[in-house]
Amino acid sequence: MNKKKYSTFNTSSSPFHLAVIGSGPAGFYTAYRVLKEHPNTLVDMYEALPIPFGLVRYGVAPDHPEVKNVQNRFEEVAKDSRFTFIGNVKYGEDLTLKDLKLQYDAIVFSYGAGQEKTLGIRNENEPIKNIFSARAFVGWYNGLPQYRDLEPDLICSDTAVVIGQGNVALDVSRILLTDIVELSKTDITEYALETLKNSQIRNVIIIGRRGPLQVSFTAKELREMMNLPNTKFYTDFELIKNELSTNVDIISKDRPLKRLMQILEKGMENTSGYKSWSLKFLRSPDEFIAHENDDPSRPKYVRAVRFHINRLEGPLENRIAVPTGEMEELETGLVLKSVGYKSIPLEGLSFDENKGIVPNHKGKILDNDNNEQPGLYVAGWLKRGPQGVIATTMYDAYETAEVIVSDIKQDKPMLSNDTFKYGSKVIIPILHQRGIRTVSYKDWKKIEEKENEAGRAKHKPREKFGRVEDAMQVLDT
Amino acid sequence: MHINTFFKQNPGNKVIWNNIPKTTKNKFVPITRLEQFRKFSNSRVFCHKEITPPKEGEGVKINFITPEGEKITINANIGDSIMDITQAHDIDLECACEGSLACSTCHVIVDPEYYDKLDEPTDEENDMLDLAFGLTETSRLGCQIVMRKDLDGITVTIPSATRNMRLEGKK
Repeated sequence: MNKKKYSTFNTSSSPFHLAVIGSGPAGFYTAYRVLKEHPNTLVDMYEALPIPFGLVRYGVAPDHPEVKNVQNRFEEVAKDSRFTFIGNVKYGEDLTLKDLKLQYDAIVFSYGAGQEKTLGIRNENEPIKNIFSARAFVGWYNGLPQYRDLEPDLICSDTAVVIGQGNVALDVSRILLTDIVELSKTDITEYALETLKNSQIRNVIIIGRRGPLQVSFTAKELREMMNLPNTKFYTDFELIKNELSTNVDIISKDRPLKRLMQILEKGMENTSGYKSWSLKFLRSPDEFIAHENDDPSRPKYVRAVRFHINRLEGPLENRIAVPTGEMEELETGLVLKSVGYKSIPLEGLSFDENKGIVPNHKGKILDNDNNEQPGLYVAGWLKRGPQGVIATTMYDAYETAEVIVSDIKQDKPMLSNDTFKYGSKVIIPILHQRGIRTVSYKDWKKIEEKENEAGRAKHKPREKFGRVEDAMQVLDT
Repeated sequence: MHINTFFKQNPGNKVIWNNIPKTTKNKFVPITRLEQFRKFSNSRVFCHKEITPPKEGEGVKINFITPEGEKITINANIGDSIMDITQAHDIDLECACEGSLACSTCHVIVDPEYYDKLDEPTDEENDMLDLAFGLTETSRLGCQIVMRKDLDGITVTIPSATRNMRLEGKK
């Protein structure tokens, strides 16, 4: 006779305890959908920072406040009595998989892509000043504590080179070229605004290794660039025309590409302006070059980037850049590398180094032999790689949620089926014993109120805390 | 930890033994927090907006075809957007950016007969439609379609992005 059947705490009727690691869109949308589809669930969301929302707060450009409306949905989730936010807890350091396994039926990993891809070129690892990943630069102006002290120098030169042609590349370029008065109305951090106020950057050159048909930015962001006031636009119109005319059949069937190319071909109506931006194609970075400087105690600034000039080969769906052997040097005082993000493996997770994701089937984590791992799930960039808009992550999170709910309904094995789970009721006291000041959602609302208050004084939506200590101090007073 | 020890440590969480949700009839379920109950069978928790139903004879009909193929007919107010209508009537249509033209989650496919009656989409709407899953010739964003007298009887289909992704491998 099955003992479990008669046990007081039948696992099929007691609440399903779900831990979510990471509080960005992937975590919140998964939580939302599981709570909706399987009401008898308790969700505990763990976040490394005392502040929720991940890239909605730290990734979305400050001049795109409408994108942040998604937070209202997250807010509703957070208000649900079945949901608990536990901030200021680092998974893998403060909290281990072993801790969680005892207190949860399942875990969703949605901590995103915490690192940037590298170019793998000469001098990339040298301490040359004013070369940053776009991720760091975005984090800096958006108040991500990790990059609070980035200190980009925007005075030393009038030219910035951005390597990569995705939406993040356009975001950082737009921030560099947008009028300071416009920026001051956004929730961009005050320290970034100060630096940008004195910025001498007038020209931004955005570089891609392939051609115009291979860009990965989208129409909205390109249109915004084309509408920048007092700004001229340069590109190789000849190349664009050629690429468009030789691939006209394919482009006409691809509506997003067709529309994007129309915007590009049209260019800007501005023919004058003291600022400019350029799209440069067929360039692969080869080397960063620093200013000559004999004093080893003084940091060396970047002076130029050397590029291979490429030509395109192969069919449109698999177009590759082949170096022609010719080189080109671009003088610049600031380099932003915007060639993508990557995830890092955390404790207890299998990891596909090539793809930079946790191997999974529709969100269910697989081990190295492709076997489903009971009770372990993944969502967002950690699941499918660092690309797509928030909506992509939303659908992807819903998929993970649906798999979780279907696993519950099919009574599939979870982390361990025999013990009753207490979730954060037990984990929070353990964390306190370890000396960690956990941050509840109520605590976060206090921090947020301070941010809003400081924002009102400056006529902006909020003034973000750039340092964890400062945010935490709100809770001690 | 034994359950009794647990509850001793949490004196605020009273155990209610006789309050058992319908779905778990005849099973002993300790519910540790009373508030949990409120949300158990409530599907409208995440609903944003309430709208007053139109007066007799004043509304316009709109038909929704859900991703499951179900047809739902609503008598809607003139001036309400499809986004407003779906939210008020708990029809599953996402609206991540709440109608601010920053996403494509309220993508609907409009009956061709009615598509031509609609105003041309703006560049901004088209930019977002470009990012929609399963874009068609008569795709629009639900937040941009506002009900008018001449749209009476319109049919819109809600595509299922999750379904597309799962069964057809589209992304």
